[in-house]
Amino acid sequence: MTHAATAPATTVPPGSAKASAPLLYQVRSLYKSFGTFQALKSIDLTVPTGSTTVLIGPSGSGKSTLLRCLNLLEPINEGSILFNNQEIGTVVRDAYRIRRQVAMVFQNFELFQHLSAVENIMLAPMKVKGVPRLEAHDRALALLEKVRIPDKADSYPDELSGGQQQRVAIARALAMDPMAMLYDEPTSALDPEMIREVLDVMTELSQGGMTSICVTHELAFARRAADQIVFMEQGEVVEARPTEQFFSGTGSPRTRAFLDQILH
Amino acid sequence: MFDSPDLILDYLVSASFLHAAGMTLMITLVSMAWGMLIGLLIALGQEWNRPGLNVLIVAYLWLFRGTPVLFQIIFIFNVLPAMGILFSGFTSAVLALALNEAAYIAEIFRSGIEAVGKGQRTAGRSLGMKNWQVMRHIVLPQALRTVIPPIGNQFLGMLKLSALVSVIGVEDLLLTANQTASANFRYFEALTAAGVFYLAMTTLFMFGQSWLERKVNPRRGNAGATKGKSLTQRLLGMTANTGA
Repeated sequence: MTHAATAPATTVPPGSAKASAPLLYQVRSLYKSFGTFQALKSIDLTVPTGSTTVLIGPSGSGKSTLLRCLNLLEPINEGSILFNNQEIGTVVRDAYRIRRQVAMVFQNFELFQHLSAVENIMLAPMKVKGVPRLEAHDRALALLEKVRIPDKADSYPDELSGGQQQRVAIARALAMDPMAMLYDEPTSALDPEMIREVLDVMTELSQGGMTSICVTHELAFARRAADQIVFMEQGEVVEARPTEQFFSGTGSPRTRAFLDQILH
Repeated sequence: MFDSPDLILDYLVSASFLHAAGMTLMITLVSMAWGMLIGLLIALGQEWNRPGLNVLIVAYLWLFRGTPVLFQIIFIFNVLPAMGILFSGFTSAVLALALNEAAYIAEIFRSGIEAVGKGQRTAGRSLGMKNWQVMRHIVLPQALRTVIPPIGNQFLGMLKLSALVSVIGVEDLLLTANQTASANFRYFEALTAAGVFYLAMTTLFMFGQSWLERKVNPRRGNAGATKGKSLTQRLLGMTANTGA
């Protein structure tokens, strides 16, 4: 069994601008277990600044857990996570400081139900960064413009469609000016006709140079936006390759079996 | 037995009844205020989840929910002085009622806090909030909405429970009515007057609860749902839209 990902070098195509970009994330030999269950085994992953990484794999393969480890929502058991050249794998007490620099988007949106769209976006900048209310409000409106729902500023989450909620959630994440966006199956809870509007926003961000790591089953999005694709199974990285190579059909048998399964 | 209806009116505006009603209201409000404060701290303490603290909290809940309030009132008023701690009747009453209430309110707050989805906290943490900020800005505001109806119940319960303090000589509504009646044996008039005061105050509380429920629910006029409807609208069976 070959582990393509054990090579520490980035899998982004050589010669591209992103290949020479500094690494935002450098994960080495990461282990994570829940009780006796080994969720992640010896994970290696490199993410250049400004690149987009898509994590795919069957459910239960550890994709979401890896994502949660990357912003310290889950403490890791072993290994190292270099974020922006700083070791964060051992950070426990000050984890919130790291989380301020990385934003996350969830499968179930998790908008704060008691706040309107614009208030959802304003909350963290005001309470975490101390941004004045008016400034936070202006910024929030601009972000709603960016995700193309400026007219929903005063709507509450239960008045919005799933696609609109997820776009508000993306705006909320962007409001913290993160160095990276982590997406945890952002379109899995959406009706098919709403997936597009969310993916469009994500693609735009990604192409605008936002470092993105996305757990998704949307292969079309992966093809369009990703620089590298990481295939995981049973808590391991089976392979991590540049997008074009990944889809060229030359990958490991396990990858090809998985792709066959979800493409047909 | 009922030959002077005017007497009821006299009682209703008499200084002693008004004073007694004020005392009942005061005991209720002060006890509830302390009960809610201590109850909130206990609920937050349980959230904090420190083994030593948990044992203390469980012991507290066990003690105060496991013995009658009347017992607690009498205990504080009669037993503590023997240990050198002497409180006035009013203070003893409020202390017992507040400590007892806190045990129940703590459970109400705990259920409200737990009803807020785990994902909401994760979302708050992912934005870089500290745990107390997540609690303060995300969990508690949402928990507040779900605990208002049961807290409203507790207010009504406390108003009636406060009648127990008459056993330690606090001049509340019931004791005053009873004493007034025993002077002239006009029980019907005196108790009716007290009952009118009790009902007036509980009615006030119910309107207060309804107002508060609408205030913390930012959206008004959601047709079909009971939320967003005032108490009068609910009583008259109107929808929020037609009532507006």
